[in-house]
Amino acid sequence: MALRLARSRLLTHILRGKIEALTTFDGVSLPNLIPIWFNSSPANGNDTCRGGSLSNTRNFCSLPHAGSVQANEILTQDDKGSISQVLDFPGGKVAFVAEMRFLAESPKERISCYRVLDDSGQIVSGSRFKEVGKDLARKMYTDMVTLQIMDTIFYEAQRQGRISFYLTSFGEEAINIASAAALSLDDVVLPQYREPGVLLWRGFTLQEFANQCFGNTLDYGKGRQMPIHYGSNRLNYFTVSSPIATQLPHAVGAAYSLKMDKKNACSITYFGDGGTSEGDFHAALNFAAVLEVPVIFFCRNNGWAISTPITDQFKCDGVVIRGQAYGIRSIRVDGNDALAVYSAVHAAREMAVSEGRPILVEALTYRVGHHSTSDDSTKYRPIDEIEHWRIARDPISRYRNWVEGNGWWSDADESELRSNVRKELLQAIQVAERLHKPPLRDLFTDVYDQVPNNLRDQENLLRQTIKKHPADYPSDIPL
Amino acid sequence: MAMALRKLGWGGVLIGRRGFSSTGELESSSSRDGKLVNLFTAVNQALHIALDTDPRSYVFGEDVSFGGVFRCTTGLAHRFGRQRVFNTPLCEQGIAGFAIGLAAMGNRAIAEIQFADYIFPAFDQLVNEAAKFRYRSGNEFNCGGLTIRSPYGAVGHGGHYHSQSPEAFFCHVPGLKVVVIPRSPRQAKGLLLASIRDPNPVVFFEPKASTLKFIFRQLCKIYQCWLYRLAVEEVPDADYMLPLSQAEVIREGKDITVVGWGAQLSILEQACEDAEKEGISCELIDLRTLIPWDKETVEASVSKTGRLLVSHEAPVTGGFGAEISASIIERCFLRLEAPVARICGLDTPFPLVYEPFYMPTKNKSCFRLCTCEREYTSMTKGQYKRTTFHLWILFRQPIRALTEAFVQILDAIKSTVNY
Ligand SMILES: Cc1ncc(C[n+]2csc(CCOP(=O)(O)OP(=O)(O)O)c2C)c(N)n1
Ligand SMILES: [Mg+2]
Repeated sequence: MALRLARSRLLTHILRGKIEALTTFDGVSLPNLIPIWFNSSPANGNDTCRGGSLSNTRNFCSLPHAGSVQANEILTQDDKGSISQVLDFPGGKVAFVAEMRFLAESPKERISCYRVLDDSGQIVSGSRFKEVGKDLARKMYTDMVTLQIMDTIFYEAQRQGRISFYLTSFGEEAINIASAAALSLDDVVLPQYREPGVLLWRGFTLQEFANQCFGNTLDYGKGRQMPIHYGSNRLNYFTVSSPIATQLPHAVGAAYSLKMDKKNACSITYFGDGGTSEGDFHAALNFAAVLEVPVIFFCRNNGWAISTPITDQFKCDGVVIRGQAYGIRSIRVDGNDALAVYSAVHAAREMAVSEGRPILVEALTYRVGHHSTSDDSTKYRPIDEIEHWRIARDPISRYRNWVEGNGWWSDADESELRSNVRKELLQAIQVAERLHKPPLRDLFTDVYDQVPNNLRDQENLLRQTIKKHPADYPSDIPL
Repeated sequence: MAMALRKLGWGGVLIGRRGFSSTGELESSSSRDGKLVNLFTAVNQALHIALDTDPRSYVFGEDVSFGGVFRCTTGLAHRFGRQRVFNTPLCEQGIAGFAIGLAAMGNRAIAEIQFADYIFPAFDQLVNEAAKFRYRSGNEFNCGGLTIRSPYGAVGHGGHYHSQSPEAFFCHVPGLKVVVIPRSPRQAKGLLLASIRDPNPVVFFEPKASTLKFIFRQLCKIYQCWLYRLAVEEVPDADYMLPLSQAEVIREGKDITVVGWGAQLSILEQACEDAEKEGISCELIDLRTLIPWDKETVEASVSKTGRLLVSHEAPVTGGFGAEISASIIERCFLRLEAPVARICGLDTPFPLVYEPFYMPTKNKSCFRLCTCEREYTSMTKGQYKRTTFHLWILFRQPIRALTEAFVQILDAIKSTVNY
């Protein structure tokens, strides 16, 4: 028995050596199962071993002698240069092996996570990353802090009933800002909803954010969508849509267009851990790989989809592992390390654009805030866990340590920044609140390029009703 | 039997006593009165009973374990275990497909789609699989144990994707039963239990519980319009079902029939009351089940009143109101004294800041009620019938023309084929 197993290993080894292109994968061998031979040479005889079910194969092969003889024969054949041990199959040659091996459900070790800064903001020794100069570093820090203050104040505004809804990016500031910083403005963004920092980086003003949240007449979305559904054609940022993961295939289509137009740009789409369960995620990854388009799939794996922990979301090693299954180059990165996110996205963009290929980035992070203002996350997760991520793993203070360590930031800078942003925001909110809503006409425009007759009729009827019952209708919408 | 409608949190002021008596099994079981509960607690009670009475029943969906974002599944995982009540991955297509498979093996699969707005990834599974499971197999297989629950409708601040009323899409699919939308807690419990136990796949839409939160903030402004959803009602503790496919006359009248379902009934109720003040007597019907729907009850009412108004939140074009209107015109053409009126949502996506304009409001409904009554009573009944009869004759002309055209086409086809 021992001899037989040794031989079969040897054979597998030889075969592996011959077929170099095959990558090895951590697999499991079924215990007690003897190798089954797939042999195209009828000269081999031994019909009884072929095509049997698992159980009778086992019965037969438990005759040690038969197994050994067969192995020898094949080895000889192989030495003569027979190609019967590989299957030419679309996509490349597939090696036949003697051992029945199922791919393991997961690799033995979890995919490692790229980082540049340690918890205290020191560069990890030996780490390779894309240099970030002083100006860029300061701008990144400034925007991370701005995003955090914006979230705090808008959240508060919602609590006071001044806006109807809000959703924060607390804990994901590095992901937001550093990924945006690594892109070019020509790159097209297809966001989920927890990436307003990308828009901030691109130059969306606090006033523009406030206008959207208040749904006033200057909101580009004309007050039609809930707060936080930002969008800007000028900044190449497609308008947020609430349904989860629908933007992923869009990003692939957009990237295909960039490729056909030979643009020096890629598309990037953001999504959460929850989003990877939707069919659209799988469709998008597969399309992107097959059509070879320059798209970056950026997953913010923040541990939670509303109340659903990632352990209820998937059994595999997170999201990064799935890239390989679709034939997509992938990386896992510490989402709370701004330098790591910046470097990874920078490299991803290089490859996407110059090689015309999709890249998957999985950033490990944590949703420090509640899912939204409609949620109380202490109902389903321990406060300790939240506090740990909020304090010990805060991406902003970690990054600040590094910036400060370079002598690029001071306490004075900090307090000036904070008070300026605060002032600007409060001002923006006041302005946004005072502005009237978009006019009634805009209820009917943009359903199509032109207003069709049925909507004209409905508008006329509505205006008659408003004349009769003006009190039924809000006064801040100009008729 | 009388229901106590109370404004939640207003110290139990009794604001109305109405004969909302329900037909069927409720009568027999209602002797044991239960607690005053709101709609989503009633749904929760029904789920408890469903899981308790059938060990082969399961409840699952996004965020269901901790109680669901509308708190309808609170306490279920704890009581029945995480194998029977569980979170699914975030995938509506998966939820529906999984539920169909589970149901096809003889289980009761009670799946939650978090918002009706997010049911569309599941559309293929529901339309092409659940609806045709029995028919395509010659009844070798069925997935009758399937129930899909989903909260639907406007909440005041939901915008495009937390407001829609997609019931009509599912009404266009033979093989699915569509139950919309119990108007009250007692109804919710009875209809949900009936849906769960019905041997056909049922899509069950519930008005959103989160409305409550919004209402509290807006109460002073618009509390009248939302009163209905604030209602708490005495719901029997017992296990009871209300029959599907039976509409219910919840207010009797003689001048016009008003048909609605779910949350819209509260608006209609108020419109009827206002119309009453103008001397118009309205008969209000809660359709309860949209597919298969209770034409007979509506027909009987329209035969009596001669007028019909249908109202729903979904866009007017292609809405279920169109189906009701067409069917009733077929059945009651000569008894109608006015065109059927529809007061519905506009043909736009559901808009955030324009929601009050979009909605089929009380005053829109009331205005139509009055015009239906008045414009057409200026003619005498006899005159009107004569007119309609002439219209009927006129209509027959084009039908004949169509038939002729068809014969011609057929001839042309034949001659082409034989050429
Ligand atoms: C198709 C669809 N189903 C359900 C929802 C409701 N929903 C909104 S956010 C969310 C969780 C998303 O989690 P994740 O993708 O991890 O993003 P995160 O909120 O953590 O950033 C769910 C279920 C939705 N918006 N769209
Ligand atoms: Mg998440």
